[in-house]
Amino acid sequence: MSEARPTLEELKRRKALSRQRVERSGEVMTVSMGPQHPSMHGVYRAELDLDGEVIVAVRPEIGNLHRGVEKLCEERTYHQIIPITDRLDYLASFVMNHGYCEAVEKLMGVEVPPRGRYIRTLAAELCRIANHIMWLGIHIMDLGTQTFFCICFRDREYILDLLEMLTGARLTHSFGRIGGVAKDLPDGFDRRCRKVIDFLPRRVAEYERIVKHNRIYYKRAKGVGIFTSEDCFAWRVTGPPLRSAGVARDLRRDEPYAAYDEMDFEVAVEYNADVYDRFLVRMKEIRESCKIVRQCLDNLPDGPFVASDAVHALPLKKNVLRDSAAMIQDFYQVFQGPLAPKGEVYRAIEAPKGEMGVYIRSEGGAHPARIHFATPSFYHGQAVPPLVEGEMISDMVAIFASVDVVLGDCDR
Amino acid sequence: MSDPIAQLIFLIIKAILVPVLIVMMVAFIIFFERKFAGFFQGRVGPTYLGPWGSFQSFGDIFKLLSKEDLIPAKSDKPVFRLAPYIIFLPAFLVMAVLPFGPVGGEANLFGYRFDYVIANFDAGLVLFLALGAIAVYGVVLAGWSSNGNFSLLGGLRAGAQMISYELAMGFSVVGVMLMANSMSLVDIVEGQAGNFWDWYFIPQVVGGLIFFVATLAELNRTPFDLAEAEQELVAGYLTEYSGMRWGIFMFAEYVNLVVISGIVSTLYFGGWRAPLEVLDFIPGPIWLFIKICVFVFIYMWVRWTIFRYRYNQLMSMGWKVLLPLSILNLVVTAIVVSVAG
Repeated sequence: MSEARPTLEELKRRKALSRQRVERSGEVMTVSMGPQHPSMHGVYRAELDLDGEVIVAVRPEIGNLHRGVEKLCEERTYHQIIPITDRLDYLASFVMNHGYCEAVEKLMGVEVPPRGRYIRTLAAELCRIANHIMWLGIHIMDLGTQTFFCICFRDREYILDLLEMLTGARLTHSFGRIGGVAKDLPDGFDRRCRKVIDFLPRRVAEYERIVKHNRIYYKRAKGVGIFTSEDCFAWRVTGPPLRSAGVARDLRRDEPYAAYDEMDFEVAVEYNADVYDRFLVRMKEIRESCKIVRQCLDNLPDGPFVASDAVHALPLKKNVLRDSAAMIQDFYQVFQGPLAPKGEVYRAIEAPKGEMGVYIRSEGGAHPARIHFATPSFYHGQAVPPLVEGEMISDMVAIFASVDVVLGDCDR
Repeated sequence: MSDPIAQLIFLIIKAILVPVLIVMMVAFIIFFERKFAGFFQGRVGPTYLGPWGSFQSFGDIFKLLSKEDLIPAKSDKPVFRLAPYIIFLPAFLVMAVLPFGPVGGEANLFGYRFDYVIANFDAGLVLFLALGAIAVYGVVLAGWSSNGNFSLLGGLRAGAQMISYELAMGFSVVGVMLMANSMSLVDIVEGQAGNFWDWYFIPQVVGGLIFFVATLAELNRTPFDLAEAEQELVAGYLTEYSGMRWGIFMFAEYVNLVVISGIVSTLYFGGWRAPLEVLDFIPGPIWLFIKICVFVFIYMWVRWTIFRYRYNQLMSMGWKVLLPLSILNLVVTAIVVSVAG
């Protein structure tokens, strides 16, 4: 990197340049952007005050996709909550299962067997790759070219095929289980996965050739939507936007869960805190994810993939009709659900979009008393006003895409 | 039959035939745009209607005709209704000055002289620029009369964009005017007689490129499709239009695409002339058709490949890069022409 790393003061000065436009603004026109606007990624609505093309003020409105997920969870057993978590960030639904299962395991003290931890890591990284490729397509489409969107969707399809093979579903995987995962790796998965993982870095290089060195992309993305590390901390912005601001915070490395402590990977960091660097960070992350998936396949340990903990985990399905103990366990798990001790836990994992925290308060029994998902999109969505004020309306869509918001994740 | 009467009959035939042929061409160009977009994106494009999906445009037209014509309650209704035609008409009028074969000379059809141009107009190039400027009124009025925020922004963007590009466009074609020593498109094609190395795109390479970029802005196509930027302004000035009124806008856009491809090939690529003199036995209209197809393809290619500029970047590119370059091109051309000839 020949470019010098900008200091925090330098970034603040650059940000202040765009803020000046807000102070100079005169009469404003109010525009309602969304919820059915083409580039509001679902049903986000923003009321913009525009002075010409410059955005003077933004009043975001969320909740159009609110489904009462947290309340629904209170009525269900700990196993039954897993499919609901799929519907949070539906572009990386296994990661949502994973975060929830980690929290429940912490609450109940369930130990996940090594093979289960490896399969979780593998599936989570595949989800991360799929999410980042999808993000790239949408981000580029928001900048005006639709062809690249189709290229990205073609490549995402390879990952979705793998996930379908692994979990049986393309979008809502419901693959996590308390104490492990739902299924073992299917036959032939190893070979097919390696094939995809081998060519994917070449595809990333192709994306970079198309996008990174594109003059128009550079002009549109460089220095736009600056969000310094201070701002990120103040607004709880995590994940790629935080790492693009020069903070090497990645829960996979800092607070390892699943099998990440046994993996060798680098945390992608960039320093300019703008849209361009968020793109670079995500491209690096796809490469690192490929590395992690390969390591998972190479070092996959033998043994059970789900804990044999009869009190908290479901039995293997094939044993249920043959083994009376397993049948009793199944009956008990399905009709009553696992019992949790009294207490509260918070567990955060690194979802593709940022840090995804799960808070569970249990008063004993089979249902959680309160469950809260601290999902990244919610915090990224609330940071939209400080991100875009002073920028132009064309940048609004680019910046909004660059922080990666999924409304299912945001509204819950 | 005396010659003036024969000329009048020819004129009527030409004035009907040329627009009809171009309209037919447009129907298939819309189809090819979708087909090529599909190929660029690894899809197949339309396939169901007709062989290879080629009747898709007709299906679209019937769909648009059968749709309800919605006019916003608070719009300025007369202007709202008028706006599509302000765009539509100039696109057709430019065809009048576009030569598609040899003009003048001896009798070549039933003992009469048939000119392959509807109007051999001395200031054809100026007419083209003027009509292009009028079409902008259509966009601005459409945006303004819709009484919607996104429409208004789209219309204003189109207005600002046109002002910054028409200038560079005007200056870049002056180079061609100087070389041909005429403002008539017929004379400009005459000036490029010979083989393809006699065409103006070689001496006027800078002007040609500027003109090409400016036509992209004129056509509202991708790097400069700010006026209808889907991801930002929903559909810009078209947001409130529906049914056939919307269809007329789209139709005018594609007629413009054909006409401007014709203008580009006439100004810089020899118009209806064959690339080599030995190929002159193939008639001029066919060569012009081939050239138009090539340029239409290039415009499609650009559209499905490139990102969109931001509004202020487009303005600064127009005023700070293209305009000085086109003036420089003009000055250099003027010096070279006056010294050499």
